[in-house]
Amino acid sequence: MSATKPRDDRRAAWWFLAPVLVGFAVFYGYPAARGVWYSLTDYTMLNTPSYVGTENYAKLFADQKFWNSMLVTAWYVVLNIGSQTLLALGIASLMHRLTRSVVLRATLLLPWLVPNVTIGLLWMWLLDTNLGFVNQLLHTFGMDPIGFFTDETWAMPTVAGINTWAYTGYTALLLYAGMLQIPQYLYEGASIDGAGEWRMFRRITLPLLRPVLALVLVVSMIGSFQIFDTIAVTTKGGPVAATQVIYYFIYQQAFKYFHMGYAAAAAICLALILGLLTAIQMRMLRASRSDLA
Amino acid sequence: MNRRSRAGAALLSLAVVAGLAACTSAAEQEPGAAVTLDYWLWDDNQKASYQQCADAFHTANPNITIKISQAAWNEYWQNLTTQIAAGDAPDVWTNQGSYYPQFVSSGQILDIQPFVDADKVDLSQYQGGLADLFTKDGQRFGLPKDWDTMALVYNTEHLKTQGIDAAGLADLTWNPTDGGTFEQAIAKATVDEKGRNGLDPAFDKTKVKVFGFLPEWADGSQGQNGWGNLAASNGFTYLDKNPWGTQYKYDDPKLAQTIDWFKSLSAKGYAPALDKASTLSRDSLLNAGKGAITFAGSWMINSYLGEGAKLKFAFAPLPAGPQGRKTAINGLSDAIWSGTKHKDEAWKWVKFLGSADCQNIVGGNGVVFPAIKSASEKALAAHTGKGRDVKVFVDEAAAPGGTFFVPITEHGNEVSQIVQDAIQAAILGQTDSATSLKKANDQVNALFK
Repeated sequence: MSATKPRDDRRAAWWFLAPVLVGFAVFYGYPAARGVWYSLTDYTMLNTPSYVGTENYAKLFADQKFWNSMLVTAWYVVLNIGSQTLLALGIASLMHRLTRSVVLRATLLLPWLVPNVTIGLLWMWLLDTNLGFVNQLLHTFGMDPIGFFTDETWAMPTVAGINTWAYTGYTALLLYAGMLQIPQYLYEGASIDGAGEWRMFRRITLPLLRPVLALVLVVSMIGSFQIFDTIAVTTKGGPVAATQVIYYFIYQQAFKYFHMGYAAAAAICLALILGLLTAIQMRMLRASRSDLA
Repeated sequence: MNRRSRAGAALLSLAVVAGLAACTSAAEQEPGAAVTLDYWLWDDNQKASYQQCADAFHTANPNITIKISQAAWNEYWQNLTTQIAAGDAPDVWTNQGSYYPQFVSSGQILDIQPFVDADKVDLSQYQGGLADLFTKDGQRFGLPKDWDTMALVYNTEHLKTQGIDAAGLADLTWNPTDGGTFEQAIAKATVDEKGRNGLDPAFDKTKVKVFGFLPEWADGSQGQNGWGNLAASNGFTYLDKNPWGTQYKYDDPKLAQTIDWFKSLSAKGYAPALDKASTLSRDSLLNAGKGAITFAGSWMINSYLGEGAKLKFAFAPLPAGPQGRKTAINGLSDAIWSGTKHKDEAWKWVKFLGSADCQNIVGGNGVVFPAIKSASEKALAAHTGKGRDVKVFVDEAAAPGGTFFVPITEHGNEVSQIVQDAIQAAILGQTDSATSLKKANDQVNALFK
């Protein structure tokens, strides 16, 4: 046995990686490099871009609207990720400990299968102040109507709520899959020792779910930062700038005002911030190590 | 991959390349050959009418074919800009005031003044002032194709049951202090859940069933669907000069007064407050019986009087303010791309679009009011033929001094967002109108430095 030299698979590996690498280079690498270049120019789509150095960035850091949109986005992420993760954890453990019905699991995914624009339109009608079903309900209970999308304090929680509704099922399913990896004997042992469900959840489920939870948090947080379609359909960034999230800001700069260079600079900033947040999260949750090993 | 399949792949790719080459050579133009012009517009309601024009044009010029493409408003401008950036724009496209200045300043629109001079196009045939909107420094960037004005639209049944005389709506007055007879009519049209109207001392403004007036707050920098008209009738002007002004005047107290009056309507319960307003369009709300009166542009005629309307509506002239009755008038034009390979053919098409031959066709279909006065008459007749009374729009357009043009300047879209945000902030009560508008005006004018 020792006579046979282990075959070097590295050359073959490259062949298998090539399709993905080429796709990545063409559809991500090259556009990203172009994006970095545009962020250093005064490109407006109609002119030949010329190099302006860090002018776009200097302007961006002085732009109140940019910082406001960052704050607004952060507020959205807190609302959305907070509610979504808590709800999903609850639903996933219910599925894990109570029922394993496939129909139920499939039903949970339904909102996630509906296109976001449809979801936006659907809720826009349901929550409308004058014609919406929800406000009619409030009215029958003798409450004042709420301008879910037009009241500045309500607008962002409403948008966050809609997306939580849409994505909780999906997140719950991911967490549920993670819970299935936790060995059943741990729960059996714990229940023999007299531990209740809540205690088992805290002492067994949560710690052993940590790597999966970390991954789900990272992925859903990146997704959450990219909130755009629901806002483009419902509030369009209003009232005033209460829901003007960073993606909507970039979209406006790029495709409404045609400030491509400026928008590219904002997009690069966003990418850097997301990278940083991801790194911190991975670190804090020790995502690459599992306690099961 | 063995050798044979490798050779096969090489042959296959060669065949593909050859095929591509064949395609490009087929597309090459021979002089004198048939020309196809790309023409873009965004309004799907108008596509059929312009197809009729294109067919008539093709009959007269058999070697020129017009290919019409239509895309919805937002996509239209994105596609257009992308295509221009890619050097592959349509030969002729429909232009509008807030987007077209950037194409002019980046040199993308052909100056057609030399053509107009050579062919002696009669510019006086158009509705007054429309042709001048598309000129800059002696250059001309399009011929006018249509216009629109504003009027009041109201729910006829509702106003009748509220005892408001339809004839009386023809000469409403307005002022920013007490709202004049316009506010009286709005108050009377407002009904609370107990059936009391807005003038009743017992009127409960927290339980309104039908709002007398529906304001539009997502109305950009122009307020064409509301505040702009009343502010103008109060003596407000947007700009130092229009088109191509560089100094906006949103800090004018006359505008702030107007905004304050709108705010007072909400405070009195005659109109929904912005933070309790619907995100749906005003015509859906009117159709649902939630409102009685609002502003409507002539492009909405077919929505309100057409078969899609669930209730009966009618139009009335705008109220006359301290400076008389003023309606925003806006027009579209057709522009030629400066990079087109077929300048002469494109000019022929634009000239035809701006001629009575085409505009009579469009007018006869009663979709929009064409820019040529006689064709507008045709549109009016077409509407009257269908039993629709839309004379107010034409009368307002013809009234001397009764119209004002919405501003055409650089940075149109940014100005729009800044001013809209400022007005919403004022309406929401974040700051008072004067402060908010002053701040917005400084931001707007800083764009021009």
